[in-house]
This record gives sequence, structure tokens and C-alpha cells, in this order.
Amino acid sequence: MGAAPTIQLGPTEETQHVTEHATRDLLRLATAGSVDDGKSTLIGRLLYDTKSVLADQLSAVEAATLARGGGEVDLALLTDGLRAEREQGITIDVAYRYFSTATRAFVLADTPGHVQYTRNMVTGASTAELAIVLVDARKGVLEQTRRHATITALLRVPHVVLAVNKMDLVDFDEATFRAIADEFTGYALSLGIPDVTAVPLSALAGDNVVDRSTRTPWYDGPTLLEHLESVPVGRDALSEPFRFPVQVVIRPRTAEHPDYRGYAGRVASGVVSVGDEVTVLPSGKRSTVVGIDTFDGPLTEAHAPQSVTLRLADDVDVARGDVLVPTAATVDIGSDLEGTVCWLAEKRSVLGARLLVRVGTRTVRALLREVNARLDVDTLTVEAWDGVDTLHAVDATDTSSDIPPRALTLNAIGRVKIRLAEPIVLDEYSTHRRTGGFLLVDPADGTTLAAGMIGATLLDRLAPTSTAQDDDDWFAGAGI
Amino acid sequence: MSTVTLTQLDALESEGIHVMREVAGEFERPVLLFSGGKDSIVMLHLARKAFWPAPVPFALMHVDTGHNFPEVIEYRDRVVAEHGLRLVVASVQDAIDDGRVAERADGSRNPLQTVPLLDGITANKFDAVFGGGRRDEEKARAKERVFSLRDEFGQWDPRRQRPELWDLYNGRHKPGEHVRVFPLSNWTELDVWRYIEREQIELPAIYYSHQREVFLRDGMWLAPGGWGGPRANETLEVRTVRYRTVGDMSCTGAVESTASTIPEVITEVGASRLTERGATRADDRASEAAMEDRKREGYF
Ligand SMILES: Nc1nc2c(ncn2[C@@H]2O[C@H](COP(=O)(O)OP(=O)(O)OP(=O)(O)O)[C@@H](O)[C@H]2O)c(=O)[nH]1
Ligand SMILES: [Mg+2]
Repeated sequence: MGAAPTIQLGPTEETQHVTEHATRDLLRLATAGSVDDGKSTLIGRLLYDTKSVLADQLSAVEAATLARGGGEVDLALLTDGLRAEREQGITIDVAYRYFSTATRAFVLADTPGHVQYTRNMVTGASTAELAIVLVDARKGVLEQTRRHATITALLRVPHVVLAVNKMDLVDFDEATFRAIADEFTGYALSLGIPDVTAVPLSALAGDNVVDRSTRTPWYDGPTLLEHLESVPVGRDALSEPFRFPVQVVIRPRTAEHPDYRGYAGRVASGVVSVGDEVTVLPSGKRSTVVGIDTFDGPLTEAHAPQSVTLRLADDVDVARGDVLVPTAATVDIGSDLEGTVCWLAEKRSVLGARLLVRVGTRTVRALLREVNARLDVDTLTVEAWDGVDTLHAVDATDTSSDIPPRALTLNAIGRVKIRLAEPIVLDEYSTHRRTGGFLLVDPADGTTLAAGMIGATLLDRLAPTSTAQDDDDWFAGAGI
Repeated sequence: MSTVTLTQLDALESEGIHVMREVAGEFERPVLLFSGGKDSIVMLHLARKAFWPAPVPFALMHVDTGHNFPEVIEYRDRVVAEHGLRLVVASVQDAIDDGRVAERADGSRNPLQTVPLLDGITANKFDAVFGGGRRDEEKARAKERVFSLRDEFGQWDPRRQRPELWDLYNGRHKPGEHVRVFPLSNWTELDVWRYIEREQIELPAIYYSHQREVFLRDGMWLAPGGWGGPRANETLEVRTVRYRTVGDMSCTGAVESTASTIPEVITEVGASRLTERGATRADDRASEAAMEDRKREGYF
């Protein structure tokens, strides 16, 4: 395995076997980690070593490498496709790339490590089922590594891989790998990330990415690709209770279907069957599912994430924004939302600001009542304060540094209380990844201000004043 | 608990349908860009599925360069009639006649499509515009959001893209702005073909192997036509070809191919060493950032 990629092109074996793909599933994954730790190079390497790079893409990357002074082919250029990214040698926005093996198709989101572009990392990680957190073996775990790990934990990305990269620069030293793996695993555990798979690799040279390295005889775990092919996918959405946010009401009013009325949407989580009793929230009206329709014919059962159209027995009032849930279940609804937010906008949070909250298919008017805690990702300590902080209800345009505002600025993670104009389903994100997320949107220009998660599990557990930490073992051993 | 996992194609289809229904729920006047190419045909197929048994609740728009393959126009008109759709044509020729754009020296009208496209969006007050763009097509497209905000000049600013969280697509925009929506973002060329096979979707005949008079220019087999080819030094010859993409005749090349059925095309695409745009699009070869530059100006 040499450092310089040898030219090896053409189809992967599997692409010739059309039939195999019929049972293939889909894994979405995202990279994370500090700037220059090798995320884009790793994605390039994965694509290259699975022979997913085509001749014209490779020659374009070779030409671009040459134009930048030559040297080895820079595989990061396979994803760093914007002019500004190539000029600066960094990733600015998420790039999505695709490849597949015989058993699985992959959607790769390569995210930027630069702190300024954290919101783009949040974008890539929000839909991921697996995050690869990269660490440069020479530098170890950095603040930005911790920030990304925290975001990964907040977003509850189900699987986390630690890729200790640039092992070629530390002579493939086992002790270096172990030390980083231990430090990161400990940190991850305190964030509630239960198990981390750590792989020593070199994205540049290809060690343990697709092909097993001969330079890490002390490592007997899987290569990165072996691991990516083996993690279970799509389980979390199925194990959560049934939720069906209504997207549109289908009313053809055609000669063929004069009275048809169906509720189109995607099963966000769980399973629904014909005959199930359902409740429409927030109205609380009840009915029974009498049909699950698709263009290809009716179904008796639908599961996440299928897009279907449901018909109900009764002529109840159902509109876009409503959520169908199982009647037997207890579901929280309310107009007071407590949540954790990751602030994504340049304008800071302003107490009393009128906002829009987008949750599921519903958008409601809202008021930001409190920002009452902030998380320091470096130390994992929570700075909490009580109630409404009128003193620091600052103006978003005020950037003077002498007021220490208890506000959230770009990339900050904090706990908020929001008053809603109408009740919504309050699914805790910690147990409902598919329905517990929300956006804060500026009604003036439509800017997405923050990514929110209903509930504040992580912050509550980390806060020293919290009483909630006793009941959860994940955090008991973390020494926080 | 159920243990079913959706197959990759089912997952992609479901995601595309979800995106289309979000647009129908959030926007006043959506439109679907329909070129008669395979991606827009798959998009239309998803739209029919998304709203069934109701008809597709939006119009189609074709940006017509005037350099069309006759088979594609015939297909377009037949599909529009068959499904009772409304078709808006934004014509490059009209834009040239009005002096809004000027014919280029090289005869290619591909870059000229941006102006009639944006004018068509403005004139019809379209607020959401479905495009068949896929992230795997090109490196600037790989950076595109599913919902992509365009300012009142139709411009894309890759450094100021909104974060896009979960499946909560934020389509809010100011008057005069619009949102480009890409339901096939996560599909690859092979996914599109496998889906066409699975769903037995009819395509214009030029996607399959046929005999055609072509001539070689810049390493690509171009078909003769009123657009200005061949030149005196270029010679016509009959080749067995098919098209991998469908665009303006002046810059869409044919590939030599004997693949005349969907499975044969899938085998060919799977074995190809070139990306579809690399193999067939002169416009992307212009410079390293050709697509990014066109997208910034408001191109598809
Ligand atoms: N020696 C060595 N260098 C590496 C390795 N992986 C990446 N690099 C180099 O590290 C530098 C940064 O790599 P990138 O892949 O651009 O890093 P990144 O994490 O994507 O950076 P951002 O996206 O900007 O956060 C480049 O010069 C790479 O060639 C490795 O395994 N070994
Ligand atoms: Mg990068």
C-alpha cells in the first residue's frame, strides 16, 4: 500500500450484478472533527479504494493538484469542489458523495471542520445514522473535536466511529492510538454516547480504510469499511412509537374519485396498520385507519420511513401540520416548549423575540422567553442561571463586548424556554429522533436561527445543579 | 417491533415523494422543470405517485433552447397530454428575438438558458422550482441543499446556504425570491436507471442505442442540426450511439453504444469509466468551476 494512489479504475464488481442491489440498504454517514484532520481526504480515500472514482473525476483532481503545485494526488479535492474551498484548502460546506458495495449503498456527507462553518457540520450530521469523528494522531482530541462530538451526541447520531488519522506520521504507534481512543471514549461516554468504535488509519496512504494495513499488526478490529458495512441501519425509526405528520390532504374531486380524502405523509417513526386506532393531534379527535394507499396499490401496514396516504373512518378535521399518533399511547402536547438549541445564525438570540417554530410539518408563532443555560463544550460544564434575564435582554445588533449577554451566539449550545401560539406534540428528542427536532426561524427573512431538540436531557445531566443526573447510569461514571 | 429495512431504491423514492409533498404544502406556485431528460421524467413519475389519486398539482416548465431532439419534444408533448398537465415553455429563441440574450459565437445555447428560465419564473410568479439535479453529477452540485434559496436575481451563493436540518426543509423566502428544490439530490445515475427499470418508465428513444449521423467535435459525437454543425472541416458519419444525458443539441454528445434495453444500459453505466457529464457535456469542460459559475448566475 503506497502513499501515492495507483491508477486503478473502472467498475466495482457489484455494479455488474444488477440483481444484488434489490436487497441493498442505505446508510447515511457524516464526517466530523477539527480542521485539517483529514475528513475530506478520508472520504476521497473511501471512494478511491472502493473504485468509485471515475476517470474524468480523477483526471480533473490530478489537474487541480498539479495547478496547486503538484505532489501526490489530493483526494480531498474529490469533495472540496467549490472554488473558494480549493483556493483555501479547507472545506466550507457539506459535500454529499455516493458509493455502494455489494450489500449497502452509502450517502457520505463530508462536513467542514472550521469552527466558522459549524452549522454546515450540523446540517450533515442531522440526517446521519453514523458519524466518523476524525482526530489527527499528532494533535489528539481538540476543542473542535469535542464540539463536534457534543453535536453528534445532541443530535443522537446512533453510531459513532473514532478515526485516529495520520497514523503514518506517528509511526503507527499503538500507545498513541490507545491514548487518543481512551480520552475520546471517556469524553463520549460523558456525553451519553454508549459505544465508540476506534480505528487507527491513514486516510492519505489508505491504511485500514478499505484495505487492512500491514503497519498496524497490533490492531485486530475491523477496517473502516468493514465496520460501515456491518452496523445496523434504520432501527431507531422503527423502534420509536408511530408518528405521522400530515403533509398534504389529498382531495382529487375528480369524476373517478369524487369523495376521496386521504392524508399524505411519511411515517416518521414506528408502524401503522389498517384497523389501528389513531388520534389527531393537537385536536385530540379520534378515528381508525381504514386504508393505507399508494400509487402502486393499497398496503395493510406501513413503517418508517415509507411515504403513504392514510384514509380514516370518520370525517374528522385533519390538516397539514397535524400529527397522527396511536390512540392508546400517552403523548405530550403543549404550548410551552423547553429545549436545547444549537445556535446557527450570526445574529444572537434576543429574549422576547418573535420567532417561528417549525416542528414536523407544523409552523407556529412563538416567543423566546428564556435562555437559561449554556454549555461549554471544552469542559462539558453548564453555565446555568434562573428565569428571565431582563438585564441582558439585548438587542441583536449590539455587538459591544462590555455587556456579557446571557444570549446565544453563533455555534453556542444552550437551553431555552419558548412560548407557542398553538399547542404542538412535544416528543422528547432523546427518545424521538424523528419528531423531536425543531427549527427556530426568523419570521422577517426566513433565516434558520437554530436547530432545536425538545427536552434538555444532555444539559440537565451535565449541569451541576441538576438533580436529574442521579437516575442515569451513562452519566454516573463520567465524573462530572 | 418490525425489523423491515427499506431497500435503497424504496428509501430514495420515499424521500423524493416526501420532498414533493413538502413543496405542495408550503408553496403557492410550484413548477417542475421538465426537459424530457431521464431525471425530469423520474421526477414527474414521483410527482404522480406523491399526489395520487389526485392529479399532479403543479405545472411543468420547459426551457426550450430551440435546438431540441425531435424525439424529446414529441415525448414531452405526449406526456403532457396523457397526464393532463399544464406546460409553460420558456424560449431561448424568444429571449434572443427580444434582445434579452445574444446568440454566442460558438452557437451553443446552453448557457443562454438562464435568462429565459429566470424570466419564466418571474413572469409566472413561481415560488418553488423543482430541478432534477443530482449531487453525484458534478462537484458544485454535490454542495447543493435539497431546498436551495435563490435571491431576486436567481443567484446561488454557496457560502450563504441555509443550514438544512433533518427533514425540516425551510422554504420561507421574501417576495421576489424563490426556492429551487431537488427531490433527486441523493440519487446516482445508476439509481435512476434501476428505478426506471423497476418502474418500467418509458423514456425518449434517444436514450437507447440507434444509428445516427454524427460528427466529432472536441472529442464528442454531436448530431447535426439547425444549430450550426457540422462545420466545413467536420465530416458526418453514421455511428451506433445512444445519449446518456439530454440537453441542448449543440453541447450534448452521444456515446457509442449498443445498449438497447434498460438492463443493457444499466450494465453499460455500471461499467463506464466516465461520469455522465464528463462523457457528454461540452459545457462542463470549459473550466474547473464552470458549473459553479453557471449555478451562481441562476442556472438549473
Ligand atoms: N500524512 C498524512 N496526511 C494526511 C492524512 N490525511 C489527511 N492528510 C493531510 O492533511 C491535510 C488536511 O486534509 P483534509 O482532508 O483537507 O482535512 P479536512 O479534515 O477535510 O479539513 P476541513 O474540511 O477544512 O476541516 C491535507 O494536506 C491532507 O493531505 C494522513 O492520513 N496522513
Ligand atoms: Mg474537508
